[in-house]
Amino acid sequence: MKPVFEYTRGMLPEETTYCPGCTHGIAHRLIMEALDEKGLLGETIGVAPIGCSILAHHYMNIDMCESTHGRAPAIATGIRRVHPDKIVFTYQGDGDLASIGTGEIVHAAHRGERITSFFINNAIYGMTGGQMAPTSLLGQKTTTSMDGRMQELSGKPLRMAELIATIDGAVFVERVSLDSPGNVRKAKKAIRKAIEVQEKKLGFGFVEILSSCATNWGVTPVKALEWMRENMIPYYPLGNLKSPEEVK
Amino acid sequence: MAKGLVKFNEERCKGCELCVSVCPKKIVMLHETKLNSKGYHPACVIDIDSCIGCANCAVMCPDGAISVYQEDVEKSDE
Repeated sequence: MKPVFEYTRGMLPEETTYCPGCTHGIAHRLIMEALDEKGLLGETIGVAPIGCSILAHHYMNIDMCESTHGRAPAIATGIRRVHPDKIVFTYQGDGDLASIGTGEIVHAAHRGERITSFFINNAIYGMTGGQMAPTSLLGQKTTTSMDGRMQELSGKPLRMAELIATIDGAVFVERVSLDSPGNVRKAKKAIRKAIEVQEKKLGFGFVEILSSCATNWGVTPVKALEWMRENMIPYYPLGNLKSPEEVK
Repeated sequence: MAKGLVKFNEERCKGCELCVSVCPKKIVMLHETKLNSKGYHPACVIDIDSCIGCANCAVMCPDGAISVYQEDVEKSDE
């Protein structure tokens, strides 16, 4: 019997505190698998955000630093300047990166910092109890938009990947989804490419990962994946927006 | 078709059923009576002989509870 799938040694044995069916677990694992396959676990420094994944450094088997809310790209910038040869990435949710940390992410991309940001977009504030995020969809009911998000009041959801792709310093931008085994496999390819961009010192990399939040959406984990497919993917189209020749 | 073997770490399982929903052979389900120490019904395979070792269940598992193995199949010219 040959192994087809074994849990990566990039993840520590500790069990996660995420809700059942939370796709954070899949996203953590994909990044760690990609780093492990490249033999970079000992060469990587990650920056964890504020949000549900605040304890990511308890689960990822690499050196990590905790950051203040939204400021992960600024802290990663500092780490990059001190360690020019390490792989440096941030792992941020949508409340962190697309709301309070919009300035940091835009300017990290604008300076062309050689870091990679993994952006987990689940269209809601998870940890604080399901409030409306900038990425919540029109009509989506949250604890702060009880009748559904209204455009007149809150505008339309923010498409971060498209926003970052307009900045010259960002050289690799892709949006992937974790709604099905096929898309999870594609997501891992994008993550590998983003890490390659950094290995080759090409510039700023950004991978938006559409994710689910069964607890705050108020559905079962399986229904949450269906909701992603039916509602999120049409508004947040998947695919590569920008990629340098070297990693195509 | 290649034959697969799936191992579940029942203590890690949170019973989210993502593995159940993506199995192409529909042979993964939650244990009806057993509970793990977290209080969840862990996932299990009801018909391991039908398993093809595609690893869809393990790819979708957020908690690293599943390992998948596949029997070595010798390639013939047919």
